[in-house]
Amino acid sequence: MGYSDINSTLSSGHYYFSGNEAVAEGAIAAGCRYYAGYPITPSSEIMERISVRFKDVHGVFMQMEDEIASICSVIGAVWAGAKAMTATSGPGFSLMQEGIGYAALTETPLVIVNIQRAGPGTGQATRVASGDLMQAKWGSHGDYYIIALSPWSVQEMYDQTINAFNLAEQYRVPVFVMGDEAIGHLRERVEVKAILKVFNRKKKKGAPPFGANQNNGIPPMPSFGEGEKLLVTGSTHNEIGIRKTDDPEVHSRLVNRINEKILNNRDRITRTDSYHLEDAEVIIVSYGFTARSALFAIEQLRKEGKRVGLIRLKTIWPFADKIIKDVGQKAKTIFVPEMNRGQIIGEVMKYANCEVIPYNQTNGEIIHPHRIINGVRRLL
Amino acid sequence: MARDLEEYLRPGLDSTPFCPGCGHGILMNLILRAIDELKLSMDEMLFVSGIGCAAWIPSPHFNADTLHTLHGRAIAFATGAKLFNPKLNVMVISGDGDLTSIGGNHLIHAARRNIDLSVICANNMIYGMTGGQVASTSPLGAFTSTSMDGNIYRPFDLCKLVLGAGAPYVARYSVTQPLLLVSAIKKSLSIQGFTFIEVLSPCHTQFGRRNRYDSPADMLKALMESCISKEEAEYLTKEELKNKIITGEFNDGGS
Ligand SMILES: Cc1ncc(C[n+]2csc(CCOP(=O)(O)OP(=O)(O)O)c2C)c(N)n1
Repeated sequence: MGYSDINSTLSSGHYYFSGNEAVAEGAIAAGCRYYAGYPITPSSEIMERISVRFKDVHGVFMQMEDEIASICSVIGAVWAGAKAMTATSGPGFSLMQEGIGYAALTETPLVIVNIQRAGPGTGQATRVASGDLMQAKWGSHGDYYIIALSPWSVQEMYDQTINAFNLAEQYRVPVFVMGDEAIGHLRERVEVKAILKVFNRKKKKGAPPFGANQNNGIPPMPSFGEGEKLLVTGSTHNEIGIRKTDDPEVHSRLVNRINEKILNNRDRITRTDSYHLEDAEVIIVSYGFTARSALFAIEQLRKEGKRVGLIRLKTIWPFADKIIKDVGQKAKTIFVPEMNRGQIIGEVMKYANCEVIPYNQTNGEIIHPHRIINGVRRLL
Repeated sequence: MARDLEEYLRPGLDSTPFCPGCGHGILMNLILRAIDELKLSMDEMLFVSGIGCAAWIPSPHFNADTLHTLHGRAIAFATGAKLFNPKLNVMVISGDGDLTSIGGNHLIHAARRNIDLSVICANNMIYGMTGGQVASTSPLGAFTSTSMDGNIYRPFDLCKLVLGAGAPYVARYSVTQPLLLVSAIKKSLSIQGFTFIEVLSPCHTQFGRRNRYDSPADMLKALMESCISKEEAEYLTKEELKNKIITGEFNDGGS
């Protein structure tokens, strides 16, 4: 197992999808065959499309009684051999947190799509925000690591969902696609390729399913029904799954491994795009929908001869520490526009050795390019 | 545990974690006895449990696939596994607090959907693992660590609850009725659809000592005396039924 080329389930060509439809198609393309969810705006179209499209591919769709049941049934299905996913938004994402920690500790590969809306509370259900990025990393109790991706286009909703399944399977970890209302409901042209790369779970009969020192700290993963007599538990466990709830060494070894198997591979996982960094005095660090406005802004400013650049974070977690450290040594200022009260800026400040300026907006609307242009102009 | 059932236990384990007088060990035996009599293959069994003492009945003891989940969520996990791989024979074993309080919503919905799961609820009428707090199944007046003056809230009738949600097979027995219980477990494993067995399983450590049962044996004796069959119950007045536990099959799966 590992990466292989497969034929796309959709015929190749161009489609006109909403972001949420593209997520559903990306999941099916990547091999997702179990989906459980609970209705919530602005993510529901994902589940609606899956419920119809799964008929073509013999997938199992379940509308569960709540988001807790959704994430838990997804974990159950994954251990029964499925590639599985759920999608939600703020309040549902909050309900899923205990299950997310369970998935991290049991090294259960799965994909969670969060079409972010304006919170806290029920907030504004139909409005956009990127307020859940810290929650994605820190939402469940204890020390664990996950992978979170940030698509900026409908094409990327499709591509990144496929990527999310591949990363989940490769690293045995929950992976988040952190979309938002604007990208979820935007319609754009999407190119579907005839052949795609898909990672399938590594299996090795008799190998300890929670063992260290194999394959970069990522153990092979058997399924129920294969005669392996699996012991899966969300309590601290040794390499074969026996509960060890008072052994300090087993606990620290397990917690370290589930974090380090991701962190040691961060250069392979974390992706950024860069624009005009060569001579940039001011660099915008942006992600998700906001990066569209940021790109428009720097192109505008470049026309005026301004030395501005952009780093777009395609991966939020693990954070792109190296490139930020690097540009932080060359640029005068880093500008971080966010649809929240300042979340990713904290990470930028950890690594950048220069002035870092926030631009925050929490009014349920996208950040318009002219606001970024004005903000950057003041720094030049 | 009877020697002839040892082959169903995970090799390398030499004891259970249960307290002296706990009913969960008896239940463990009876579940394996039912599986043995049905000649089911442990390779096709998946045991799912939540969190609590009862959740340790299958995990790690049963030599089969086991999924020890979150508190209250066993049925939700089991639903995903069963629907994705219908060949798995999925049994859920967990406590009353786990399945019917924190997990009550999953219980009624799985019953309503008639998901093909055999659910065994080990009801000790208290939160055993966390130190004897009042449960949604504690009798009126029961003394617990959070109802020191006696429980003031009515307990659930779990069988009526699950019946109301539409389960095709619902039964209640006590661990003091081993033969009836084995036959009920066998039935539940043979019926396609959602089956629910409430098993009264005494907890002397947390419940008995606080409620004036001097020894585990006293508690078992009291349990035997309070359990009556539903047929007997038909002839008793409301007054006579007070403090009785009605056992039997409340929906027999059409057999
Ligand atoms: C979300 C959550 N809340 C609380 C707990 C603590 N907890 C562990 S076991 C338990 C009660 C178990 O009682 P029951 O299900 O009746 O099983 P018993 O131990 O009595 O067999 C509780 C409340 C937990 N693990 N998770």
